[in-house]
Amino acid sequence: MTDDKDVLRDVWFGRIPTCFTLYQDEITEREAEPYYLLLPRISYLTLVTDKVKKHFQKVMKQDEVSEIWFEYEGTPLKWHYPIGLLFDLHASNTALPWCITVHFKNFPEKDLLHCHSKDVIEAHFMACIKEADALKHKSQVINEMQKKDHKQLWMGLQNDKFEQFWAINRKLMEYPPEENGFRYIPFRIYQATTERPFIQKLFRPIASGGQLRTLGDLLKDVCPNAVTPEDGEQKTQVMIHGIEPMLETPIQWLSEHMSYPDNFLHISIIPRPTD
Amino acid sequence: MPSSLLWAVDIFGRVYTLSTVGQYWELCKDAQLEFKRVSAVKQCCWGIACDHQVYTYVLSGDVPIRYQEETYENQRWNPVGGFCEKLLPSDRWQWSDVSGLKHQQLGSFTLPSPHWEWESDWYVDENIGGEPTEKGGWTYAIDFPSTYTKDKKWNSCVRRRRWIRYRRYKSRDVWAKIVSHADPDQLPDPFNDISIGGWEITDEPLGRLSVWAVSLQGRVWYRENVCHHNPEGSTWSLITTPGEVVQISCGPYDLLWATLWEGQAIVRDGIDRNNPQGISWSIVESPSPENGIMHVSVGVDVVWCVTKDRKVWFRRGVNSHNPCGTSWIEMVGEMMMVTVGLNNQVWGIGCDDRAIYFRQGVTPSELSGKTWKAIVSGRESDRSQTGSSTSLLSAGCFFTDDIQNQTNAIIQGDADTSSDTELPSVPVNLANTPPAGAAASSSANSTANQTAEILANLTLDPLDSNRGEGTVASISNEKANFEMDKSSTNPNPPAELQWTNIDLKEAQKHPVLSVSTLAETSSLSSLGMFSVGAEEQYGADEHPLWAWVSGGGCLVDLHSPLKWFTAPSGLSSSVQSLSLSISPAQTAAWRKQIFQQLSERTKRELENFRHYEQAIEQSVWVKTGTLQWWRNWKPHKWMDVRVALEQFTGSDGMRDSILFIYYMYHEEKKYIHVFLNEVTIIVEVLNEAKHSFALYTPERTKQRWPIRLAATTEQEMHDWLSLLNMSCCESRRLQGPPSHHAIWSVTCKGDIFVSEPSPELEAGPHLMPCDQMFWRQVGGHLRLIECNNRGVVWGVGYDHTAWVYTGGYGGGFIQGM
Repeated sequence: MTDDKDVLRDVWFGRIPTCFTLYQDEITEREAEPYYLLLPRISYLTLVTDKVKKHFQKVMKQDEVSEIWFEYEGTPLKWHYPIGLLFDLHASNTALPWCITVHFKNFPEKDLLHCHSKDVIEAHFMACIKEADALKHKSQVINEMQKKDHKQLWMGLQNDKFEQFWAINRKLMEYPPEENGFRYIPFRIYQATTERPFIQKLFRPIASGGQLRTLGDLLKDVCPNAVTPEDGEQKTQVMIHGIEPMLETPIQWLSEHMSYPDNFLHISIIPRPTD
Repeated sequence: MPSSLLWAVDIFGRVYTLSTVGQYWELCKDAQLEFKRVSAVKQCCWGIACDHQVYTYVLSGDVPIRYQEETYENQRWNPVGGFCEKLLPSDRWQWSDVSGLKHQQLGSFTLPSPHWEWESDWYVDENIGGEPTEKGGWTYAIDFPSTYTKDKKWNSCVRRRRWIRYRRYKSRDVWAKIVSHADPDQLPDPFNDISIGGWEITDEPLGRLSVWAVSLQGRVWYRENVCHHNPEGSTWSLITTPGEVVQISCGPYDLLWATLWEGQAIVRDGIDRNNPQGISWSIVESPSPENGIMHVSVGVDVVWCVTKDRKVWFRRGVNSHNPCGTSWIEMVGEMMMVTVGLNNQVWGIGCDDRAIYFRQGVTPSELSGKTWKAIVSGRESDRSQTGSSTSLLSAGCFFTDDIQNQTNAIIQGDADTSSDTELPSVPVNLANTPPAGAAASSSANSTANQTAEILANLTLDPLDSNRGEGTVASISNEKANFEMDKSSTNPNPPAELQWTNIDLKEAQKHPVLSVSTLAETSSLSSLGMFSVGAEEQYGADEHPLWAWVSGGGCLVDLHSPLKWFTAPSGLSSSVQSLSLSISPAQTAAWRKQIFQQLSERTKRELENFRHYEQAIEQSVWVKTGTLQWWRNWKPHKWMDVRVALEQFTGSDGMRDSILFIYYMYHEEKKYIHVFLNEVTIIVEVLNEAKHSFALYTPERTKQRWPIRLAATTEQEMHDWLSLLNMSCCESRRLQGPPSHHAIWSVTCKGDIFVSEPSPELEAGPHLMPCDQMFWRQVGGHLRLIECNNRGVVWGVGYDHTAWVYTGGYGGGFIQGM
């Protein structure tokens, strides 16, 4: 039997097999072998690619090495998006492993944020969690936590410790029993086809009549073009963690079980492949 | 608050009740008939069945419904034979009523309907006015009619005595058809709607009710003489109306509204204690000219209606002096119908989903309430699905009503863990597979009997507190069991389903059970487990669709929380809250899809790439904290210690943990440590002063000296217990719910532990089996537990109720993770 705890585990332990290759124009002392790695979907590129960096730096001249960045088929990959989101958004329905090109030069300043240390990632991650809790609980839960709890969330993510992370994160997923859900659902909707980075609006999980609102309700509200017109053919895929939940799925449930560790539901809307 | 019932009819005509203290819709005990409509008050429910006949369902109560019939035997004295049956021609009959005006022979009394029975035969009442009479119960007088005395005097010429006989209404807890003895021509045409109320108008006679009905031709009928000792009433009286009526609603007091075919409402004027039928009608127009009123429901001083476009309206300004009110206000929501119950509380049936909604926030100062809230309570027969969906983290409860109270307590307790000092008993749960009994025995009856035997054992087996020493009070692992071969050779799910049904009925009838519903619900939960396995056959949308609801007997106290709005579960707060969002139907579809897709995703993305390196190396994780430790040497006392749990990944990729306890000894820092893979059991020790637990290893069991640790708060202790137990399971490679072969035990405190047997247990003489067995706790507290090797686990709680384990693990303090 599967239970909802298993969803949390499946989400946490999602891995994307990835092949890193060095960009052809990078100057190396000898040939750079591709590097294969299982990337945690819920983590961040710059947090889990120390090995990649070391691997390629070995074959490069020291003075050629500046800040590492990643690109997939011409698109620079934003390290501050979770890896699973990047994959769903740019590389769903492609053959595995995911082939990422590694760059050490020509940092695309207009596309990417700099990430000089893990502290930057931590700050970004904690900022997301705080924003999410502001939406869910008016920041009450996160503010009541101690510094060490915050640290435990971060360490849990950094060290891939499910229990360590969830021991604290479960408090962020609670709400008063008299209410049927969070105040607002922290979500972001990304579309591969638009320039706009993402859609984020206030959305309550419970309708005024008390009914649970669903993923479909959310999309209809904030991103109507993602929802297929009744007569039309379905042209888009709505992906979270590499799966397409049914539009009938209550958004509150999704928020509790399929949010990334930053407590946001990152939803990708991509064109449905035409076979 | 005593519980009361909300009555409802689903679209198949099945009548269900939902208790204000319950969580499940219970099928009406008498489920032979299908109903169109019901109207309930506290003590009874009237309904119109699919045959358009009116039925009444009188709930059994402490007070029997009995009626005393009486008649008088009269005699006159004559000089020849003394007192004799021969009376003068001018006298009354030999048998008459008390006035002497009505001839009443003993044999002329018949039962008014098949729903009555005689309690005994006729007998003479030997008491007159509370005083015993002379033999025979005679009273004497000079002549009829007169004052009678018990003394016979010289001039006593006549005498009489009273005969009495009691009849008793026997059709309680069943639907009793209202039989009419009147001339068929005067009988109403088939009935279309019914509404009962009016009990507040007068309490004389006891239990008086106004029963109003509408026939197919649109005529309104009033049932005469309905009261406690005459629950069926006597006759139907026609009440003239200004038009053809479609529907009628009668409040607890003097409010009575009906709707006309034309879409107006009519309001009865002049209802009072002397004239409960009222005098005349006033007409109230529909709130919108295009859409007439389709349905109306009234309470003490409120009126709600639904118009033909399904909009819901509240009538402003209704009171006893102005039953028509002043104006309509449109409310949010679209409903098929609404019903106003006690305290003016309101329920409705949603237009789209056919779910029953409760109007929240109806108070005397805000009669129109705040919001509609869907009642998500499943039917007992659906427990399965809700169960399967939510049984995860801790023990869920899928049991009887009284236990659901506790369940609720658990939910609340979990939500507020810091303040609750004593965990309420958490029911057992878990076992994710069809019960063994399912055994698909070729003879359904024999299987059912076996089940009945289990029940009998459970109920009859006395609590044997001497059974074991130490922690483990009773252990059972029933090995010999149902015919396993048959079950494996007959993998036919429909057959299994059928078996459950039979089980259900058999169990219900079984006399051993003190609480008959207990058996019923318990076996229903096993039915539940089935449908998990056979969801396809069971059908995905078993979410009830309602056709009618009546709140006239349902007393919702504003201060007592209802458990109708959460899908039943006994889970930790986070999961409990999630379960709010789950209705069985949805569960079947979207939830299943997510599980399925996740496992497909894992397969797709991992299966061929397992040889890839992990991006994050598993490192040692240390959890540290401060606890108190019951020190090893004399004088024994609690001392503050630092503890650290180190988890590390072995070369084989598996994780192991060590618990370190650092203490000071003569100013010197020392430590003891425990490999968690050697721990045999971790037990919470209930102690008023400390939140403490004990940790046993084989060595420490021998020494009778466990490691005892205490935390400052219960929460902190549970955090440690949860973590240590999880680490123990991890280092023993234990995952998921207990297997079918698990050995179950309860401690003398009622904590439930389970151990997975391994082949080595019987292997050699070197190790005692008890040294190898690891006991992990599952939620709940029971005094007795029985299992078999097919995963069926039943237990008896401290409140003498039976529990069945429905699959899941964790529970108690193992929550939220």
